[in-house]
Amino acid sequence: MSAVASDAVAPLEPAAPGEKDAPPQAARGGPGRRRRSAAPVMLVTLALAWLGVALVLPLVAVFAQAFAKGWDAYAAALTDPMALHAIRLTLTVAAIAVPLNLVFGVVAAWCVTKYDFPGKSALITLIDLPFAVSPVISGLVYVLLFGAQGWLGPWLLDRDVQIIFAVPGIVLATVFVTFPFVARELIPLMQAQGRDEEETALSLGASGWQTFRRVTLPNIRLGLLYGVLLCNARAMGEFGAVAVVSGHIRGLTNTMPLHVEILYNEYNATAAFAVASLLAMLALVTLVARSWLEARAPELRGERAAQS
Amino acid sequence: MAALATSQVLDAPLPRRRVIPGFGLTLGYTLVYLSLIVLIPLAATFLKSAELGWDRFLEVVTSPRVVASLQLSFGASFVAALVNAAAGLLVAWVLVRHDFPGRRIVDAIVDLPFALPTAVAGIALTALYAPNGWIGAWLAPLGVQVAYTPLGVVVALVFIGLPFVVRTVQPVLENLDREVEQAAATLGAQPAQIFLRVVLPVVWPALLTGFALAFARAVGEYGSVIFIAGNMPLVSEIAPLLIVTKLEQYEYAEATAIAVVMLVISFALMLAINALQGWAQRRAGGVR
Repeated sequence: MSAVASDAVAPLEPAAPGEKDAPPQAARGGPGRRRRSAAPVMLVTLALAWLGVALVLPLVAVFAQAFAKGWDAYAAALTDPMALHAIRLTLTVAAIAVPLNLVFGVVAAWCVTKYDFPGKSALITLIDLPFAVSPVISGLVYVLLFGAQGWLGPWLLDRDVQIIFAVPGIVLATVFVTFPFVARELIPLMQAQGRDEEETALSLGASGWQTFRRVTLPNIRLGLLYGVLLCNARAMGEFGAVAVVSGHIRGLTNTMPLHVEILYNEYNATAAFAVASLLAMLALVTLVARSWLEARAPELRGERAAQS
Repeated sequence: MAALATSQVLDAPLPRRRVIPGFGLTLGYTLVYLSLIVLIPLAATFLKSAELGWDRFLEVVTSPRVVASLQLSFGASFVAALVNAAAGLLVAWVLVRHDFPGRRIVDAIVDLPFALPTAVAGIALTALYAPNGWIGAWLAPLGVQVAYTPLGVVVALVFIGLPFVVRTVQPVLENLDREVEQAAATLGAQPAQIFLRVVLPVVWPALLTGFALAFARAVGEYGSVIFIAGNMPLVSEIAPLLIVTKLEQYEYAEATAIAVVMLVISFALMLAINALQGWAQRRAGGVR
C-alpha cells in the first residue's frame, strides 16, 4: 500500500522550493512528464506482472496445451463426432436461451423504466436474484422440480416427458443463470434516456408498438447488443448449472464445457484443451466486441462492474 | 448488483399520469416469466428442505463434512476477495493514473474471467499449478503445493473474482480530484498520509463493494474450483461440490439442506451489497 501512496504524491515533487512556477500538476497525465521518481514505473510493472501471471498465463496455457501434440491432434479432437455434437448442442442451447432472455430483458426494462408503480425496486432486486445463486443451486432447483424424485417428476414420467438429464433441463438451467444479463444492461440505459421521446411520439399519434420500434429500439440498440453479447458468452460457457441437470450423456446431453470436463477426467488433456480453446476464443471475441461497443457508446461502461 | 442505486432513482415520486401504453402487458409478462423461471423453482427448493424437518435439517448442516465444506467455501472466498481487493486497487490505480503502451488492451483483458467459461479456467489453472506445470514446477522445490490443496481453491477463486474490485474502484478513481491530493501535499502531508487520509476514504466504499461482490461470486463458484481442488472430503471439498455429490448419491434432501444454507447466506450478501452500493453512490456523489 505504501507504494501506492508514494505514487499518489509523485506528481507533486516539483512543488519543492524553486519549482513553484511549474505548470498546474493536474494537467499532467502522461508518465513521460513525470519526474525521475521510480514509483510509477514500479507500480505499472507490478500491476502488469500480476495481470500477466493471474490472467494471461492461464489463457496462454489453454492454447499451449491444445497444440501440445501438434495441429493434427488438435484438429482430430475438434472433429471427433462427440466434440461436434457438443458444439452443436451448445449452439442450440444458446440459440434458445438468449432470445428468451432478450425478449424478457426488453419487456422488463420497459416496464421498470417507463412506468411508476409500488414495489418497483423489489422487482428489480428479484430480477437480479439469479446472479446471487450458486450455479450448482441453479441446476438443483430444476432437479427438485422436474427430476424423478421432484414435485412434477412422477406426473412428467407418466406422460413420457423428460426434462432432467435431457436438453430441456439444460436450456432451463441456462436460461436461469443468464436471466438478468439483458435486463440489467437496459434498465440503467433506459432510465437515463427518460420517457420524453416516447411521450412525444405518442402525442403525435404513434401507436405503442410504433413508438417502441421507431423510438425506443434505435435508442437502446447498442445496449441491447451489449447485453446479448454477455448473455451469450455465459450461456455457451455455463458449467455448474448445466452439469447438475445434464447427466453427462455423451452424444446427447453433453455441452462443450461438459465435454471438456469428461475429456479432462479421462486424462485426454490435449483433446480437453482443444475444445477449451474454442471456448477461450469465444471469450476473446466477446471481449473485443465489448471493447468496440464501449468505444462507440461509453455510457455502457458504467454497469460492467456488476457483471458476473 | 446496482439494483438499489438504480431503484432509488426510480422510486422517486413522479406524480404524472401514465401516457405510455402497455403497462399491464409488460408487468404481467415480467412477473409470469420471473415466477416461472426463478421464483417458483427457488420457492420449491425451500419447501423441499422443509420436508426434512428441523431436527434432521440441523443434523445435516452441522455434520462435520458439511461444516468443513462451508468453512472452506467461505474461508477461501474471504482470502481470495482480500487478495483481489489489494491487487484490484493497484490495477485500478495504474489503469486510471498511468498511461503506458497497451493500456486499452490491459483494460479489456481485466474482464477475461467474466468471459472465460469457468471449466476452461479450471483446467488451465490446474495445468499451470500442477507440480509439473509452468508455475507449479517453480513452487515445488520451495515445498509449496497449490494444485489439489485448499490453496488451489484460493487460486481459482482469485482468478474468477479478479475483475470486481478493479471495476468498482476504477470509476471512483477517475472522478477523484487530484487537486485535493496536491493540497494535502502542499500542506505537508506525507505520501502515506495522503493515501490513508485523502485517497482511501473516498475509494473505501467502492473497495468494500468490490470485495463483497468478489466474495459473493466466489462462495458459489464451482467450475473453476473442482479441477484444481483435489476435492478431498473435509480438506479441499467446497460446498457446491458437496451438493453435487449428494445429488449423485440421490440424497436429495441433504443436498437441498446445504443449498438452503448457501441460498440464505447469498441473499443476505446480496442485500448487503445493495446497501453498500447505495452508500458508495452517495459518497461518490458527495465528493464530485
